[in-house]
This record gives sequence, C-alpha cells and structure tokens, in this order.
Amino acid sequence: MMTARVSPRKPIRLQQLLIYLALLIACAFFLLPLYLLLITGLKSFEEVRLATMWSWPTGLHFKSFVEAWFGSEAKGFLGLSGSFFNSLYLTVPATLISALLGSLNGYVLSKWKFRGSNGLFMALLFGMFIPYQSILIPLVKVLQGVGQVTAPLSTAILAMPVPDGLGWFPSWLAGFVPAYGTIGGLILAHVVYGIPITTLIFRNYYAAIPTELIEAAKIDGASLLGIYRRVLFPLSMPGFVVVLIWQYTSIWNDFLFGVTVTSRPAVQPMTVALNNLAGSYIVEWNVQMAGALLAALPTLLVFIVLGRFFMRGLLAGSLKG
Amino acid sequence: MRRLTWDRITSIALIAPSVIAILLFVYGFIAFTGFASFTRWNTLIPDFTLVGLSNYWKLFATPRFQIDLRNTATFTVLFLAACLVVGFMLAVLLDQRIKGEGVFRTIFLFPMALSFIVTGVVWRWLLAPGTAETGSLGVNLLFEKVGLDFLKSGWYTDPRIGIGAVVIAATWQMAGYTMALYLAGLRSIPDEMREAARVDGASELQIYRYILIPFLHPITLSALIILGHISLKIYDLIVSMTGPGPGFSTDVPAYFMWDTTFRGNQFAQGAGIATIMLLVVAILIVPYVVYTVRTEVQR
Repeated sequence: MMTARVSPRKPIRLQQLLIYLALLIACAFFLLPLYLLLITGLKSFEEVRLATMWSWPTGLHFKSFVEAWFGSEAKGFLGLSGSFFNSLYLTVPATLISALLGSLNGYVLSKWKFRGSNGLFMALLFGMFIPYQSILIPLVKVLQGVGQVTAPLSTAILAMPVPDGLGWFPSWLAGFVPAYGTIGGLILAHVVYGIPITTLIFRNYYAAIPTELIEAAKIDGASLLGIYRRVLFPLSMPGFVVVLIWQYTSIWNDFLFGVTVTSRPAVQPMTVALNNLAGSYIVEWNVQMAGALLAALPTLLVFIVLGRFFMRGLLAGSLKG
Repeated sequence: MRRLTWDRITSIALIAPSVIAILLFVYGFIAFTGFASFTRWNTLIPDFTLVGLSNYWKLFATPRFQIDLRNTATFTVLFLAACLVVGFMLAVLLDQRIKGEGVFRTIFLFPMALSFIVTGVVWRWLLAPGTAETGSLGVNLLFEKVGLDFLKSGWYTDPRIGIGAVVIAATWQMAGYTMALYLAGLRSIPDEMREAARVDGASELQIYRYILIPFLHPITLSALIILGHISLKIYDLIVSMTGPGPGFSTDVPAYFMWDTTFRGNQFAQGAGIATIMLLVVAILIVPYVVYTVRTEVQR
C-alpha cells in the first residue's frame, strides 16, 4: 500500500497575505492605463462622455478602432493605417541590418581582438548613450545632402514602367532610397545608431562561446568567415532573437528620429502619427485611446509572446552580459 | 609579433563599415554640433561666423532654460528615487517564492515594451484634472468615487507639481526595469548566504539590511546610471503628455532644443542646448563605460 504523504497543512500566514495584497495593488497601478485604453476604445461614440470615463462599455463597439485606423474624411483627419505600414517598412529592414552588423562586429570584437579593440569597443558603446539631440542638426543636413546624391535614383525608380495594378510599386520602392524625409533615410539613421547596442549584445553573447571551438576550426583550416558561417552563426540564434526583439521594439517605438527626419504625413512612422492624432482637437478621445492601443499592439504582442528574450536584451542594455 | 594574416585583414574589413559609420555619425556629428554652437547660425541660412561662447551666455540668461535645468534636476531626482524604491520593493515581493511570479513579472514589465508616446497619450487623460465645466476626470474622478478626495490634484496643470505628474507616468513605464535588475541580482545571491545568516539568528529584515542590499549596490549603481541618462534626455513623454506646460513647468532641455532648432530655426542656439545635454550625459556615462569594460577585461 502506498503511504499517503501527509502534507502538514500550512496555516495561511498573515505575511503571505500581505505580500499578495501588495502585489495586487501594484498590478492595479500597472494595469490601470491599459484598462482605460481598452474600455474607452470599446465604447460607442454615444457612450463616450468624460464624466463616465470609468464605466464599462455597454457592448463591444469597434467604431473607435475603425476610425483611428482609417481616419475620417468628414471630420478631416488621417487614420493610422498608412503610418502603421511606414513603421513596418522601416522597422523590418532596419532591425535585420543592424542585427547582422552587430553580429559581425561582436564576432570580431570578442574572438579576433586586436590591439586597441577594447578602446574601440568603448568608443562604439558611447554612441548608445548620447542624447541624439547632439547629432540631429548634422543628421538632417547630411540626409539632405544624401538626398541630392540619390535623387536620380528615385527619379529613375519613379519613372519605371510597371504593369497595370502595380502602380503603387515605384513610389513604394522609391521610399527606401535614403534621403531626408524618406523611410530609407530613417532606416539609415536607425541602422547606424543601432550598431552600439547590437554589437554589445552579440559581443557578450559570443564571449560565452568557448574559444576552443574557434581554435579547433582554425586548425582545420577554416578562415575567419568560414568559422563565422559554419561554427558561430549556427550557434547565434538565441543572440539574434534577443537583438531582433530589442531593435524591433526600440525602432518601432522611436519618436525623435521619426519626427525630425520625416515632415510629410505620407512617410511618418506610427508614433509620430499617433502624437499628431492625439494632439488634434478634432479627434475624440476614444479615437485617441483606440489609436494608442493600435500603436502599442505590435510591440505588446511580441513582448507577451517572447517576454523572456526581451528581458535579456533589457539586462544587456545595462552592459551586463 | 603578430603577422598581418588574411584573417586579420578580413576582420578589419568586417568592422570597418560600422566603425566608419560611428566615427562619422556619432563623433563627427557631435563635433559639428559643438562647432555650430560657437557660430552665428541662428537663421535658416547657415552663418558660420564664430562668436565664441555668446550662444551659451545667452542660453544661461534665458529664463526658460533656467527653468528647464531646474525641471531636469527635479525630474531626475524624483524619477530615480521612485524607480529604485518601487522596483526594489517589487523585486523583494517577487522573491518570496510566490505563485504566479511569471504573470506578475509580465504585468510589471509590459510598459517597457510601449513607446513613450503611447504612455504619454494615456497618462495625459489619466491625470487630466478636469475643469469646472467637465467635472473631475481621470484618476481624480476615481478618487472622488472611492472617497479619497484629498488625493485629488491639478497634476500637470499645476505649475508647482507639474513635473511630478510626468514622473508618475515615467515611473509607470520604467519601474519594471529596476524590478528586473534587482530580481536578477537577488536570484544570483546563493541561498547558503541567507541560510547561514538565518542560522546565526538574523531576522529577515536584518538579512536584507546587512547582506542582500549591500550585495545589490553594483546593481543600484547601474540602474542609477541607465535611468539617469534616460531622464536627462526625456523628450517623447513630455511631447505627448504635457508639452512645455503652464509657465514652462514641464519643459525640459530636449524639448527646448527641438523647439529652438526645428521650429525657431536658431540652429546655433539649439546646438548649444544639445552640447550642454551631451556634456551632462557624458559626465555620467563615460566613467561607467570605461569602468565596466576595464573590469570585464581583468576578469
């Protein structure tokens, strides 16, 4: 016969109770804004009165979200849909390129150190902390200069003959040409200023990979690039996940570069468009709240699904590997 | 002596684009901004006549900039204190072997995944005090409903405490970060240390006071520096939540810089503000970066 394990009934201690109570109060503080976003966004236009802002919606109404997404011609404001795609076209390439550069830099700076490589690394790291205000003026000027150089390229792209139904394609593609006021210009800025953090994370990540692996491959006659391709890169996936999530989140959430480099609504990223929407007197506040939720969702979803990788990027950002 | 091998050349070629980009876009641009701050370029047309420190004298004599510096100092002190205290308390609570730790951690950390713009838009409504016409709004209305009227406040519309209202929103967003740092720190302390102290008859409070908190000092330092540099640069949150506020009560140098440069076209003046911001951040960050990389090399 099996002996039933008698677990001594622990008395619920007062201390335990207080801990949970404190945690729940903290949760209320952290969830309150999200709660307000949600209930306000889900209300119908008739229900939205400031005096009843804390009441539950009478049902699920998605009109605020529809208006925040598509805008309203009658009221005369743009929705966030266009800027959502701008943010997407901006974030995806910038994230991928800066992750790849960071991986190569991290590889060299951890496994192929040279005289002065630590000094160089420090110099790179500093770029991660600077107030970007101190580079904005020349950034705008340089992007304007780059725009003059790349102008023939965008002209050529715009003049490209395309089959019917693909009329949007040339102007979409021309948006990626780096210049002031284009998505390409923003991508350039995010790639460059993303180099320090991506290099840092990969350098710390590769430092933990045993040097013996590299030495063994060297003895087998593998070259620097060969080692990267066959030994290091296959081991890099966890590092890439951390870096990709980190860059995706910070580029999606950026406002300063977006508002400085893009002056036309047609190329603005979502944060800039949301700020305009929320600052407009003609947009009802339920539409503003729905818009804020829409702008938050792309990063919020990634955080909820891949939170632990996000945590690692967070801790790496404080320079600890 | 090391030979210049093919691999060595490849390694240099691999990092060269990044190094050149950072050299130009970080150091070159900083040098240009610094240079511009000594010129007369205060219109749309660049004028690089050197005027010495005159932009800086003008700046320090501007009431708005004086208010900005005071606001930054107040904001930094309050924000750091709030984040450290809230973050530490949350970490200690989560360290008590409680159920559902993962869920709590996610709830405390999710604001970190949001843009400051989203945070600003929400908190602008939460901390809108309301007018005679609309009645109480946001949290004021909430306080009224549960009978905590004495907690009602003018929040960011009150020039005396306006910057404090922004601190609440910023803490909401960043406290989870200190929580994560402290929790990682607490988890790295071997259980034996606590056990040994318990055997010696130390109370839980004493264990924290004399063993754990001293152990966490390096983490506190990192958190202070990381949060400190964020707070010195705070911009997005101000833009979306309050703007400069009544009497510039929620204005900060970053906002003033953008206004001056890209709305006012006073590029030299804006470059001056940017340079001052950079110097303040550098005083905080450079020793930290050098120290971290050095100690890491010695290990």
